[in-house]
Formats: sequence, structure tokens, C-alpha cells
Amino acid sequence: MTRLASPAELEQLRNYIVSQRRPDRQWVAICLGTGCRASGSEAVSAALRNALLERRLAAQIDVVEIKETGCQGFCERGPLLVIHPQNIFYQHVKPDDVEEIVEETLLGGRTISRLLYRNPESNEIVVKEHDIPFYRNQQRLLLAHSGEIDPTDIRDYIAVGGYSALPKALFTMRPDEIIDTIIQSGLRGRGGAGFPTGRKWRSCRNAPGDTKYVVCNADEGDPGAYMDRSIIESNPHSVLEGMIIGAYAIGSHQGYIYVRQEYPLAVKHFRRALEQAEEYGLLGHNILGSGFDFSVKINRGGGAFVCGESTALVASIEGKTGEPRAKHVHTVESGLWDCPTNLNNVKTWANVPHIINRGASWFASIGTENSKGTALFSLVGKVNNTGLVEVPMGITLRELIFNVGGGVSSGKAFKAVQTGGPSGGCIPRDLLDLPVDFESLTQAGSMMGSGGMIVMDQDTCMVDVARYFTAFLMDESCGKCVSCREGLVQMHRVLQGICEGKGRESDLALLQDLCDVVAGASLCALGTTAPNPVLSTLRYFGDEYRAHIHEKRCPAGVCKALITFQIITDKCTGCGACLRRCPQKAITGEKKQPHVIDQQLCIKCGVCRDVCKFDAVQVI
Amino acid sequence: MELDLTRVEEIIDKYRDERGGLIGALQDIQESFGWLPQPALRRLSEELGYPMNRIYSVATFYKAFSLTPRGRHVCKVCMGTACHVRGAPRILEEIERQLGIGPGETTADKTFSLDIVNCVGACAIGPVIDIDGEHKGNLTPGKVAAILKEYREAT
Amino acid sequence: MLIPVTINGRTIEVEKGTSILEAARRLNIYIPSLCYHEALAPYGACRLCQVEVESGGRKRLRTACEYPVLREGETVYTDSEPVLRMRKLVLELLLARCPDVPILRDMAAEMGLSQVRFETVGEPSQCILCGLCERVCNEVLGINAICFVGRGAKRHISTPYEANSEVCIGCGACAYVCPTGVIRIRDIDGRRHLRFWNTTVELASCRLCAEQFAPGPSLLTAQGRSSDLEDILTLCPTCRAERVRLQLAMAHKSK
Repeated sequence: MTRLASPAELEQLRNYIVSQRRPDRQWVAICLGTGCRASGSEAVSAALRNALLERRLAAQIDVVEIKETGCQGFCERGPLLVIHPQNIFYQHVKPDDVEEIVEETLLGGRTISRLLYRNPESNEIVVKEHDIPFYRNQQRLLLAHSGEIDPTDIRDYIAVGGYSALPKALFTMRPDEIIDTIIQSGLRGRGGAGFPTGRKWRSCRNAPGDTKYVVCNADEGDPGAYMDRSIIESNPHSVLEGMIIGAYAIGSHQGYIYVRQEYPLAVKHFRRALEQAEEYGLLGHNILGSGFDFSVKINRGGGAFVCGESTALVASIEGKTGEPRAKHVHTVESGLWDCPTNLNNVKTWANVPHIINRGASWFASIGTENSKGTALFSLVGKVNNTGLVEVPMGITLRELIFNVGGGVSSGKAFKAVQTGGPSGGCIPRDLLDLPVDFESLTQAGSMMGSGGMIVMDQDTCMVDVARYFTAFLMDESCGKCVSCREGLVQMHRVLQGICEGKGRESDLALLQDLCDVVAGASLCALGTTAPNPVLSTLRYFGDEYRAHIHEKRCPAGVCKALITFQIITDKCTGCGACLRRCPQKAITGEKKQPHVIDQQLCIKCGVCRDVCKFDAVQVI
Repeated sequence: MELDLTRVEEIIDKYRDERGGLIGALQDIQESFGWLPQPALRRLSEELGYPMNRIYSVATFYKAFSLTPRGRHVCKVCMGTACHVRGAPRILEEIERQLGIGPGETTADKTFSLDIVNCVGACAIGPVIDIDGEHKGNLTPGKVAAILKEYREAT
Repeated sequence: MLIPVTINGRTIEVEKGTSILEAARRLNIYIPSLCYHEALAPYGACRLCQVEVESGGRKRLRTACEYPVLREGETVYTDSEPVLRMRKLVLELLLARCPDVPILRDMAAEMGLSQVRFETVGEPSQCILCGLCERVCNEVLGINAICFVGRGAKRHISTPYEANSEVCIGCGACAYVCPTGVIRIRDIDGRRHLRFWNTTVELASCRLCAEQFAPGPSLLTAQGRSSDLEDILTLCPTCRAERVRLQLAMAHKSK
């Protein structure tokens, strides 16, 4: 493969690739994103490969290509398999289903109803992926090609129009024009803070110094968020293309992508993307003959949430501990190796090629007045359609959770949705009609964050949620500044005490003071936003705190010290399953007689409730 | 203990000209040996010029690194928010009870090491644990014993 | 380039880039701090020196030790109500960690903080994690004997592997800058003990009178940095003084 030396050569290649593809020929997209992988999709892929090979050898079937794609988004229904061009969507596919799929669908042209999606409300079967409400209600821009291309093959990206923004930027636009376009588009940072991207680029471009860096923050530390990972796993070139364009606009020749260590597949796919882009002349020396040089290095995180903060991330790339520093001097002026550095989130970079291709006004037509474009969320927790979703900014929480998300799993009452990760807050039922945009979420006491959206139902204890986030942050604090390090320790101690039934009236005032000092005196955003989970749950769920403190009661039935497990005599058949499994031998009873739990011995582990087939164990 | 230092030399060569390559080198050593043996760190210090205190500070800051050998099987419990809401703490407690160790520790017979991770990205099948890179999802405390037995008895 | 800054109503012109803490000192305004030392780069860990800085109509809390005076028109308040409240809360948190440290108790008395509402979690400590010892050892002396270990609540300061340091020269600079006195150095039987670092260093003997007067490694390090000093550095202070007296006497005689 000789390096492409001009935009014309790239277009020639694109046309060639497209011409080689037969739109009428069947091919199968199998999701190998981490979620489906965890459900066994690799085995499905292998089985399909074997089944097809057998039939090819027996001359029964034409070539049916299998594309192993990145995350297709509907994680709840994984392993996923989509047959093109018919767009037939099969869910919960097992290796044992493969033979039938080949016989019935690929060869016979018939669908297998047990593998098809069934709408839970209407009970209707939906054959095509596009028609499934989960997908239909989204606006998939960054995720458009996630389920259709092989992330390890650059030609797939080129075939769907990838790397068309790059020549446009390099050859027909000046750097300042590019920056103007990004500014006019209204694109705001997708890492959480929502700073206007174009303005950041301009500051970096204008900062004095010849050596500048662009960085992609793929640390994605928010527990429950995996949007960034999915984008890199399924479409790494979309991020790379954005970075190259940004580097050109800013005047940088060296980029870094910082991927958290827990994402080995993302690292692998991005590494491959870099290799291939280099090979094709789209990265490295004299890109497409433009005279512009740009290279990218991959740095892996070391398992530290704080390294998602930009100054800590920079310190980590420099080979140091992830201690943030004060931002009197901004990273765009003095960042990596003290040079002007432009750091953006994965999703921010992935938006850039779209904006360059289709223009600032097109982008600005999506979303709201102050929050343009789409928002990506990992919609998880007590929600029916767990998965990765992309919706226009301004959609309401209700539409997102109920229309796209399919409502609360378990059929129980919706209680709250948590956004913004450990820096965010919980939004209650009353505010479900809030639009999803930067300002609305912040005013409600939460924030957009990077995109984790966790749905909670009546079985979620909000005090426990506050404690959980505080424990997380306490563990992840770098420990440099007193207010964050000691403040979180104290906050956790108070919350732990409340959850253990040792809460006192004075705890609430103490918590408020602690929240004030952690928010007011901390060095970096980990500290200053750390009180948000506590503050938002105090604001909307104060009653739960008071129940824990005054009544020593956990309304949601979660906090162990405040609940008891009891066997309902009417339902208990005396089968003895719980008795056998109880680790403390706390359950007694004769065969076929109702059993009883000795509260003195019970450690509330919940095993009895798990193994009981008669729903006879209740938590009160 | 016997240490194959040739692997360490390879890693050192790879990062010799990397500005800020300390963390990458440590990651490669961790991957190769399953932990960061002191002799390996000393070689790193001698060859790449990082003082030992700097290496130790970085090695103890990041959770990815272990300064003690790990067990044959590494069990990571996902404590991400989605898994938490679906009952991950109970899974962790059950594992702790079965193995007799806490997060960051290794069983005396060196069979298992236990860790906590924040979000492996398999939220749809939470609560999830990752044992030796394999994900086990849709867990309940009742299923834990069988899984641990499976790995304990595996060669 | 000189830039004016107003602190508590009084204005002073300082070199661009001067910290608010330094500017305040020139006005004899005292801003409390624990992790700041003129000889070391500012760190911003203790948070006690936070003051209110008004710029462009907005007031924000900034650490005075680090915040540089870069532009005109900034007004600083070192004792406003928000500043005092934060300061007290920060000190209260420190006292929860280190209830028996004298300098903290003194500061508490000055600030009118009489009660600490927070419980000590775990063992009480004498180290406030200010990092002064680490900075003087690494940044100023370049010895690299000690470092921060771990993170978050488990963060502490130690030698690699908490073991006897192979590179410590026993100079005692760490003890000198420590605000709490937790780093204690004792010379016993020819060895210098730095118990906080699990480290001992051999003391060198004077080449004339054999008195053990300084850590050997310190002398070697000093010699390594300036070879002219070898003569002086192998003598104890008494013999050194005697040598200098003799040299002066001989110089005087030869005139």
C-alpha cells in the first residue's frame, strides 16, 4: 500500500473500495463490543464462521462476509447479530442458534421469531433494526457506523465517507477558518464541563510557543459510563480524524490519546487505527501531500480516576503521579511539558469531522439554544433497554428513559436518575420533564458529565448512593490537598454512620459544613464537585436521610443495619434450600415446615432470598 | 526468586527514548510478571535514570500496579454505579467471605487475588465480575461459590 | 514589569508573577500557611493560605502561595468572612487527622477554633503531609531519598519500600523544614538515626581528632559538588577552626 499523496488519490481509493462492494450481497454484523463479548458473542462469531465455511466448501452458499463490529448499543439484548442488507435484527443469540440462522435466514430467507425483537408494550415483533423503538428514537450521529464497520479495517471507514473532512480541512480551509467553524457550530466539550470547544482551540492556537500538543482524554473514569470506550472500540478513525483536523487548526504536530488501562480492546483498536492511517498516508509525515505532519502516541492510564482531570492527565503522560495543579495558568497556555496543550474528550473530537463536512449551521440546528448537537449516554441501572444511546440535546429525561430506555426494569416505580458520575447528582421524578442540556442539569444540582446515566427505582437507597459516590471519591482522591483528602474521609464517616443506624441530628449540619469546605477549598474539580452527590440527595431526598437518622429506618430496604430478612410463613414450603445455603446457619426449620431466620445470627447477605423459588423471603 | 531479566531489558530498550515513559514501562513489567518485582524496578532505575523514590511513588499511586505477587486467578468485582445499584456490594461481600481476603489482597495459598474495578462496561449483565479476563454476569450472592470452585479446581 | 495589587485596602507594586503571599508579606500582612517555604516551589496542599481575589467583578478563593499577580485591578481580601470560615474548617480537618501537633493547636487558638467536631479516623498522625521534606530533599538537594507513597487517605511519606534509605545523606534538611517536628534526628554511637525514615546513616570521623561530627554521605555529597572543599570537609568544626586560625596566623607572619 503506497501512501496516498493527494486528496484525489484518496477519492480514487474510496470509489474503488465502494465499487468492490456488492450492496445486494448478504453480510452479517456481529457485535463484539465489551458488553456482548461478556455475554459470549465471540463464540457466536466463531460458530457462524464455521457454519458458513462448511457450507461454502459444500458449495451451498456464496460468500457471506462476517463483520465483527464494535458496540451496537442495545446491550440489554446482546449478543446481537444483524443481517444485511435486510437489516434483520437478532438478539440474545447463542452459538447453538447459528445453524438455524444459516439454514433459515441466510439460505432460506425466513426470519426466526424467537430471536427477533418483540415490543414489550404491543407484543409486536419488529424485524428491522431501524424500526426498533430503542434505535428509532435516537439520533445516531457519532454512533452512526458503530454497528456497520469493522473497526480494524480503515477501508470500511473510508467506504462510509470517513476521511472526507480531513482533505476538506487541509486543502480548502485555513486554520482560523476551521476554528471559526467550530465556534459557530456551538460545539461544547463533551467531557463534562461543556467549555466551548472552538474558543479553547483559539486560545491554544494563539498561545505563544512553537510546540503545541493535542490530547484526547479517553480516561472515562465515571463508573457506569462506557460511551467513549464504545466509540474508540467501534470507530477509532472517527476520533483520529477529528484530532488531525484539530491539530492542523491549532498548529500542533504531536498528539496523545490517554486511554484508561481498563480498556485493553480500545487500546488495541486505536493502535491498529494509527498503524493503518500511517500506512495510508493519513497520519504522520506530509499527510495526503499537504505538507502537514502530525503523529499520535497512545498512553495508558494506571487506574486512577483523578487522571481524567486535565492537569492530572498531563502529569500522567509526563510519567508522574496524577496530582493536579492549580489552574491559574490554563493548560492551553502551559500544559504538557509546559507547552500549550489542547485537551478534549473522545466525543468532542468525534464531532469534528461531521461539523467540517456538513457545516456549522447544520450542527447548530440540532439541539437547543445553548447546547448544540447530540448527547451520548450509557443508559444503565434499573432500566429496560440498557445500552448506549445518542439523542439530540434538549430531549427530556422522560423521553430518554421511557421512550428510548423502555422504562424502569423490574416494573417498579422510577425514583431518580443519576447523571454526571461522581461529580453529578440525582434528579428526582418531579423533574423528569427537564430537557437534557448543560444548563438544565447543572441548575437541577447535577451536571451533564461525560454521559453516564443511571436509572434508580424504589429499591435504591439514596443515602447509600451518596455514601457510594463519596467512598469512590475518597478512594480516588490523589490526597494532595487537605480539604479533599480529609474532607471526604469525614464525609464518608458521617454517611457510613447514618447508613449503619448511628446517625445523629447534628450530622446534617456537619455534612453541610463538610460539603462547603470540600467544594470551597479543594484544588481540582474532583474535590470541588465531590459534594454534589450528597448535596443533590439531601436536596431531593432529605426525607430518606431523616428516616435513617431519626427513625433508624431505610425506606428502600438496602442499608443492612436497618433492615431484617424474614421468611413469610404463608409462602414458605419448607424446602430447606435457604437453610442449606445460609453461611451463618441462621435458618432453622423442619422439612415441609415454614423456616425461621435467627436475627442474632443473620448477616443480611441475601443468599436466602436469591435461592428461594417461592418468593418467601422478604426484606423489611 | 528467579526473575527473567531479559524481559526487563527488552522493556527498558523499548522505553529508553520515550520522554515520560516510566508509566508505560511499569505497565509492561506488570503485564509480563503480574506484579512489579523490586529487581525489575532497580534495573529500570539504573538504566533509565529514574531515582527509586520516583518509581516507588508512581508504582504506589496507580491501582494498576501491584508490588506483591498476585494469585493464580485475579478476580475483579465491578463496583460501577450500575452494578452497585444492581447489588454489587453483596457480591463483593460474599466473595470476601468465601475467600477470606479483602480487595487488594491475595489468599494465603496464592490461588486468588481480589480487586475492585469501576465499570468494565458490561452494565447490561450487571452485577459483573471479571476473573482472568472472563466476565461473569447476572450474578447473585448464591452463584458465587460455584464460580470460585470452578476456578479453584481448574489447572 | 511592576503590577499594582491591593490587599486589604492597601496597594503595593510587585514584579509580575509575584505570589499574593509574598506581596502580602511585604505589606506585613500575615497569611497563615503550613506547606509554604520561601526556598521551595509553592505546592498548594494545606489550603490554609486561601484568600479572596476579586477580579473583573468576581470574587474567588485562591491559594495565596501560588496565585501570581499577573494583571492590574485585582483586589485581595485576606480576612473576609468566607476566607476565615474556610480557614477554620480546613484547620478543623487537619486537627481531626493530627490532634496533637503543637503548631496546629497554636493556629487553632489564634483562630478561635476551640472544638473539633470531626473524629480521628484510624490512628492519629503527626505528619500533616505538607510535602516540605519531600520538596527540599528532591527539588533543592536532589538526593531523592523520600517520596509520597500511595494516594488519598492512605497517602503518606516514606522511603522506597519503607526501608533504610540507600541514598539519604543524613543532612537533616527534612527535619529543618518540617513544621510539626515529627522528623526527629538523633546521633547515637557514631550513627545518625532518622527513625521517621527507618534510616540510619554513618557519621564520619574527623581526620585529625577522630571525633564523629557529621554524616559521611553528607560530606561526600558536598565534596562531589565542589572539589575545593575536600580539605575542609574532612575536619570537624573545632579542627577546622584551628586550621583556619593557623592559616591566618601564617599569612600574617609572612607579610
